[in-house]
Parts: sequence; structure tokens; C-alpha cells
Amino acid sequence: MSAAAITPIVMPKWGLSMAEGKVVSWLVEEGTAISVGMPILEVETDKIANAVEAPDPGLLRRKLAAAGEVLPVKALLGVMAPPEVSDAEIGAYVAAYVVPVASEGDEVEAGPAYQWLEVDAIRVRYARRGDESSSAAPVLFLHGFGGDLDNWLFNLDAVAAAVPVIALDLPGHGQSAARLPGAAALPDLARFVLHFLDAIGVERVHVVGHSMGGAIAAQMALAAPRRVASLVLIATAGLGAEINTGYTEGFVAAATRRELKPVVEQLFADPTLVRRQMLDDLLMYKRLDGVSQVLAQLGSKLFGGGRQAEQPVLQLAGSRVPMTLVWGRQDRIIPATHAAQAPRGAKVQVLDGAGHMVMMERAGEVNALILAQVKDQNAS
Amino acid sequence: MTGNPFPLGKPELLEAYRKMRTIREFEERLHVDFGRGDIPGFVHLYAGEEAAGIGIISHLGDGDRIASTHRGHGHCIAKGVDPVAMMKEIYGKRGGSCEGKGGSMHIADVSKGMMGANGILGAGAPLACGAALAAKYRKKGEVAISFVGDGASNQGTFLESLNLAAVWNLPVIFVVENNGYAESTSRDYGVAVDSYVDRAAGFGLPGVTVDGTDFFAVHEAAGEIIRRARSGGGPALLECKMVRFFGHFEGDAQTYRGSGELDDIRANQDCLRKFAAAVTSAGVITAGELTAIDHQVLGLIEHAVVQAKAAPLPTAADLTTDVYVSY
Amino acid sequence: MARKISMKQAINEALDQEMARDPSVIMMGEDIVGGAGGNGEMDAWGGVLGVTKGLYAKHGDRLLDTPLSESAYIGAAIGAAACGMRPVAELMFIDFMGVCFDQIYNQAAKFRYMFGGKAQTPVVIRTMVGAGFRAAAQHSQMLTPLFTHIPGLKVVCPSTPYDTKGLLIQSIRDNDPVIFCEHKNLYAFEGEVPEGLYTIPFGEANVIREGKSVSIVTYGLMVHRALEAATLLAKEGIEAEVIDLRTLSPLDIATVIESVEHTGHLVCVDEANPRCSIAADVSAQVVQAAFGALRGPIQMVTPPHCPVPFSPALEDLYIPSAAQIVAAVKRSLGGGRH
Repeated sequence: MSAAAITPIVMPKWGLSMAEGKVVSWLVEEGTAISVGMPILEVETDKIANAVEAPDPGLLRRKLAAAGEVLPVKALLGVMAPPEVSDAEIGAYVAAYVVPVASEGDEVEAGPAYQWLEVDAIRVRYARRGDESSSAAPVLFLHGFGGDLDNWLFNLDAVAAAVPVIALDLPGHGQSAARLPGAAALPDLARFVLHFLDAIGVERVHVVGHSMGGAIAAQMALAAPRRVASLVLIATAGLGAEINTGYTEGFVAAATRRELKPVVEQLFADPTLVRRQMLDDLLMYKRLDGVSQVLAQLGSKLFGGGRQAEQPVLQLAGSRVPMTLVWGRQDRIIPATHAAQAPRGAKVQVLDGAGHMVMMERAGEVNALILAQVKDQNAS
Repeated sequence: MTGNPFPLGKPELLEAYRKMRTIREFEERLHVDFGRGDIPGFVHLYAGEEAAGIGIISHLGDGDRIASTHRGHGHCIAKGVDPVAMMKEIYGKRGGSCEGKGGSMHIADVSKGMMGANGILGAGAPLACGAALAAKYRKKGEVAISFVGDGASNQGTFLESLNLAAVWNLPVIFVVENNGYAESTSRDYGVAVDSYVDRAAGFGLPGVTVDGTDFFAVHEAAGEIIRRARSGGGPALLECKMVRFFGHFEGDAQTYRGSGELDDIRANQDCLRKFAAAVTSAGVITAGELTAIDHQVLGLIEHAVVQAKAAPLPTAADLTTDVYVSY
Repeated sequence: MARKISMKQAINEALDQEMARDPSVIMMGEDIVGGAGGNGEMDAWGGVLGVTKGLYAKHGDRLLDTPLSESAYIGAAIGAAACGMRPVAELMFIDFMGVCFDQIYNQAAKFRYMFGGKAQTPVVIRTMVGAGFRAAAQHSQMLTPLFTHIPGLKVVCPSTPYDTKGLLIQSIRDNDPVIFCEHKNLYAFEGEVPEGLYTIPFGEANVIREGKSVSIVTYGLMVHRALEAATLLAKEGIEAEVIDLRTLSPLDIATVIESVEHTGHLVCVDEANPRCSIAADVSAQVVQAAFGALRGPIQMVTPPHCPVPFSPALEDLYIPSAAQIVAAVKRSLGGGRH
């Protein structure tokens, strides 16, 4: 039997800076038939813990990593193979397996993880993954209020395997400068992102937007329709008036880890996903000079008085931009019921067991929806 | 009618007298009330030293700073601190200059540039250097004055400050209020040099000695030194030879004084009597005008004592406030 | 996060950036520039260990070299603070506090209280602490308890470059007198530090490692010894929670108590001498507030009651080691009621 039948299960790369992960526990036994998307083991990094979902189907033949082991990204965790493949062949495969390092000619790993650029006198951090020379329209990821490009840690590499991706820290977020463009309303933010695309020489993108990022993405489609190939709007703002400003204001006001924890827990259906490192990283961001003022200003502009000020997604009703909407049913920030207002023709998926951060809690399904939307458009 | 031979106009002369008299009556009243057991803690009285305090501080504005000693009531009054608030403070009452939390030895009013009386001798000298440094950065020609006694002039803090002020060319004036006694120890014993001018020279500063009981001598010498400092001429030392009427602290039996010394001081070295004699004999001010001021001042002091006795005491809620700006 | 820099660079950056932002910040100290008045170059030293090098070129006469007169220049910094400036004075070694302590604990610390809340003294005194440099008894002490004891002072002692930059910026912006302790043996220690300005609040301890078996509470260099001990303990299945106090005054005792309430065991590690140490203080506070949570005796790990010795052989015995911390944890775990 050829070794091509053997499928490795490897340590995933979650986010641009992950180098290693700790195996917490296996969720399945040897001999189990694995289907695509099935959670097969729990892995923990210093930033987050999550289940590794099987990217391929197969029969789990060997569990190699033990609970508690810390292994580098792409290290072999287990092996799947059809029953015809012998244990000896599996043994040989395992023995010969070498963890691929950022190798020569591997363009995906080449270059720095993060890059910086000044756009409209605001310095932004961004990342690009995948083949920049490809003629396919890249996928641009826009995070939400108080977030940063690492919110997409379960999505970037999975999508980049098929199509180039771009993600940036919006002004006042992540490591971008704590300044807002123009009047800090949705049109100003959308215009800023378009200027950013100009600066990196990208004409047309699919935009994946989360929460506030979704409203910005919709605004971009309204302002520059020929530049937006399609939209994937995740738990998006801009489809209704309701928004949990208790969360947004609580997020801005929280000054300590103790205050921040219950606020951030509202983002997830499973609050145990909120680990100490996530809170520490958020506090480090919030403590940067100018961030609190920027967030307060943005919050009052976009959600002043407890309501969303603009509904750009509703305004896309007559447009022809292809659109997918994804929501977690347990979203406590922007209600999943807003999905019912989706423009006609949009594909809508509301996922059970997920909250506002559905792209993290149900990464596999969200990635599949993004890829489906993109392939659909790139093919046409 | 002769003209005014003094370098100050009549209004300023009256004001100087009023201030000196205010200090005198404030301290005399404290002496009496302390003797009756009305005043808690320690008080150190400035009576007899008024001409030095007023002679120097009358050249200063609110932007100029002074760092005082344990014997600070005179400096406070000279710098414009409210005597009623001061009396409340000495009585340990709410509404005192320091809300009752500092007491006689720590009266301060930063809004008037009075950086505080100080219970640690010599501690004000570095603080005044800091005030002078801040003044230098502010570039408004402001100065700082450090008052020390003849005893404290031996403290390392004072000597280090003389050098630092000279090295950094600070607009600070060091005033040695030499009343002849460091507590019970005579200056002649505790200080090896005869003249503070020699000490100043040893540290690289100019120094002047004046009769501290002569308001006009102090006023003139201080004026020149302060003008020089304001225009960037650097630090200087001014020694005022003076007398104190009372003990080091109230309750001091003063057995270290020679016999008849206290009577002689009161009779022959009273700076207020000297001032009064000078201005009345020059015909600039009448005795009646001075007496009128005396009465007003006594009324003010009486009012201050009544207010102080009536003011409320701080409560348990006040005990732990203002340790920090925020904690 | 951002790039990795050393604790020394983090201090330099905090001073540089905050001075650029706030013109009322000035610095003074012995040889913080170096070369004053001589025929050689200015900025000859930039501090005895080069921590302030390069600042003179950017901020000129806002850095003042001082004569060897701690009581005068520390006092001057305090006086300037009382007049509205934000001086950062350097007391080169905390061991030198003896020659200027009055200005710090009787003057700066007490102005606000004695003057009825009508004064403020926003001065920062940066000072080197700690042993391990073979600098002997008068240049190696950890005198943090003496300052922590004084009402009116704040005492900060960071253990990482990230904490150092944020806490130093916070110290400069704080309106009370702050003693900012820099462990000389951590100057070269590197960590990720944001490029811009940021602050960390006082009175917030950092749970630098989570664990359920025992709470190890400490600060400064000893945080790193505690982490080494935690790694050793983990091999035996003992999961230690390590808490870095970061600021000794104000002290985040709530985080310590919260930790002891779920581990039941407390080991306090302190590089200060044992009598009246921070370890003793934290231990007593925990006993008073959370006696019922304790399942074993509190252990304090400190140097012995002796000055810091010179000989490397002796100094290495003086400074608490990871092995000593491990042993203390086991004593706490073994000595309790269940």
C-alpha cells in the first residue's frame, strides 16, 4: 500500500505568532472513523484553547502525541489510514516524518508575520498570507470593536491555503496607532480601508467582516461596489438597531482583569474559552496611551445612546454584491435575529452553540462558508 | 515737616509695622495661652525676630517660595498666611491651615508659596533648592528662600545645599537666623567659624551679615541679594543677628541664659521699639497711628483665638484622609 | 506583542518618551549623564550601568548631573515636585538611602497629610536594588520593606521589561512620591514591550503562572526564581501559582487572598532580610484575612539575617534559590491539616 493513503494529523497554526501548542487531551480513540470537522483533540496555546477539527476524513490508526506534550506547529500528532495499510508502514511513515520548517520555496511562510504601513497619517499593522502574485481577489478580514487581526487566528491560515488573505488592525485597535480617521463614522472607516488597499496595491477584495468590521465591509460595498467581490458578514453590525452597549461600554471601562473577565465572557457561548492570556493581551492593548479615548469616541459615534447609528447592510438590499451572513445563535452582543433582515439573495447560516465570536467557536464551519463564497466568485 | 528718609513709602512702612506687630501679638498670646494649658504639643515662638522675617519676606510675591523652620509662625504671617487659620491649626482644629493635621511645626500654605514650617532642622534647605530649580525652569525671575537657625546651619542638608546651589547657580537665598542659641547650646560653642560670611565663601557663595533687629538694615541687604538672584546672579547667604524673647520651646526654663539677659533683650533689642522710634522720630508716622495699629492687631488676635477655640475638632473620618492623592 | 528589549532599554524608553510628552519631567542624579565639567565627552556614562545613556542628546538641560549630595539633590527633587514639576531623581543604590532618608520619609511622604491635603509631591526616585553582582554589603541590599513601611510613599518593584516600562510611566504620571526599584540583575533580562506609551495601574499583582497546589508570592528577581521552582515542582505533579506583586505599596493583597483561597498553601519569597520583610507582612495579612483557607503553615523564603557577603561562594548561598523555594513548598504541603 502506498504512503499516499496515510493522512497525518498535525499541530495546527492558530494565529500568526503561534509556534507551538500543548496537547490537552484526545477526544477520540484509535480505530474511530473520523469525519471532516469532527473535533479530535484539545490543544492549548498560551493564548487560547480549542478543539482541533479534522480537516480530512479517515480512520484514526495511531495517536502519537500524549496529553501534556508541547509540540511545534506542524508536528505529527496522529496518523489516519485505511485498514489495509499495515502497522509497519505506519511506523515507517512516523519514523520518516520531519516537521516542515519555513523551507526554501515555501512562499506561505516567507516574510515577516506582521507588517506596518502609514495610511492617511495613521500607522497600521497588517498581515498577508498566501500567494500575493495570484490573480485571484484576496480575502480581506476586518475585525470588530476592541478586537484585532488575531481574532482571525483560526481562520487566516485555513483560508490562505486556497486564496491569499489580508488582515489588518483597524485604527485605534491592535498595534495600529490610537487615532481615528476623519469623523470616525462608518464612511470614514470604510474610506480608510479602501485607502489601505490602495497603499498595498490591491484593487479588489472579498471582505470578511466581524461585528463592527462587517458594517465597515458593507459600507465599503456601498461606497466602492466594483472593489468588493463579495461579502461574508459574521455577527455583523449594520443590520439592525440593537446592540449590547453594556458590553461595549463595559469593555471600555474595565480597568483590571477582574473587571474585564465577565465582560469578555459575554462574547462566547462557552465562557471557559476566556483564558488568562486573552484577558492579559486585551488589558495590554487597552492600557496603551490613547486607546481608551479612541474606543470611547468610536463607541459613542457608532453605538451612542444604546443603538446602532447606521444600518449599511440593509442599504445593500438592492445591490448585487454576493453575500453570506453567519451568526452564532447564542450571540449576546448583536442578536442573531438580525439575520432575518438579511438582503434577499444572501446566504444565511445561524450556528448553534456559538456566541458573538462564532468565527472562533465554530472555525471549521465558518472557514468552509468563506471558502465556498470565495470560490463561487473567483470561478465566475 | 521733614521728608521721608526711608527707602519705603509711608503705606509700606505702616504695613511692615502691622505685620511685625501681628507676629508679636500672635506669639505673645500663644505664650500666655500655652502657659494656661490651652495649646497641645510643642510651640516655638518667633517673638523678637520679626524684623528679620518681615524685612526679607516683604520683598517676595506669591510666586516666590520660602522653606521655614520649626519656629515658623513669623514666616507664615510674613508670607500672607491667614492668622485665623494658623491659630486654628495650632489648636488642632478643622479649618486650620492644615486641617489640624500638621500643627505648629508644620503650618504651610502652598498657595502663598509657604512650603511649610519643618520639624526637621535643616530639611528646608534642599527643598528650597528644589523650589529655586523649578523657578529657574519657569523663567519668571522668581526666587526661593531657605530659613535656618544658627544650630541647623551645621546640618549636612544645609551645607550640601550651599554647594548644590552654587554648582547649579540657583536663585535661592539662605538666611541664617542667628539668635545665638541652638536650643540650649550657644552658637559660640556649636559653630566653629565666627562669621557665616566665611562659611558662605568657603562654599563659593557671597555672604552678608546684618543686625537682624534693625528692620531697615535687613530690608536693604535682603533687597539687594534678592534682586541679584532674580536676575540670574545666583545664590547668596544672609546672616541676621537677632534675639528670641522666649525659650527654644514653650516650657523652656531658659537657665542657659545669663542673668539679666532676657530683661536686657526686651529693653534694648526689641526690633519693634526700634522701628517705632525710627519712624516716629523721623516724623513720617505718628505714635498715634502706631497705637491704632496695635489695637487693631490685638483685636485680630483675640478674634483668631475665639475662632480657634470654637472651631470643630477633626473626626475619625479625617484620620486617614489625604495620605495620598490616590491609592 | 511588539519587539523584545531589555529591562534597561525599557527604562530608557519610558523616560525618553514620557519626557518628550510632558515638559514638566526633569531628571537628576549622579552621573546620569556623565562627563560634566570635564574635557572629555558629555554622556560619558549615561548612568553607572548605562541605563540613561542617550537621553542627554535628546533632552539636554532637563537632565542634571549632581554633586555627591543625596540629601541636597533628592531634597531638591522633592522641593521641585512640591512646586509643580515632575522630577525623576536617581538614588544610585538603595543602600544610599541612609544619607537622604529624611527628605524622603519625613518630607516628601508627609507633606500631603501634614498640610491637610493641600500639597502634592509627584516625585519619582529611581533606585537600584538587589544582590548577585558581588557588590558586597553596602551595594546589594533589598531595602524595600523600609520604604513600604512609610505611609505616604508608594513602592514599585517590577520583574519584567513590559511591567518596568508601564509602571515607570505610571510612576511619573502619579501624583504621589514613588520609589521605583530596579533590580540590577534584571537589567539585561529581555521581554516583549510595546513601542508606544502605556501604563500599568499600581496595586495590581500579576498572576504570572496559574496553578492549584500552592501560591508562591514574591516580587523582583525572586519572581524568576519562583518560576524556576514552579517548573521543578511541575515535574512532581505540584502545580504552583506564582504571583508577582509588582507594587509593594499599594499592595494587591486581594489577589493573594483569592489565590490562597483556592490553593490553601502560601509561600512568600523575598530577597529582603527576614525581620519585618515583605514576606512577613504578606504572611500576617493572609493569616488575618484568610486563616480558614490555609491547609498548611505559611512558609517564608528569605536570605538569612546577615549582611550581603562579598565572596561569590557566600553570596550565592545568601540569595534564595529555586531549590529553597521547592523545599518550602513541600514543607507547606507536608505540614498541614487536611
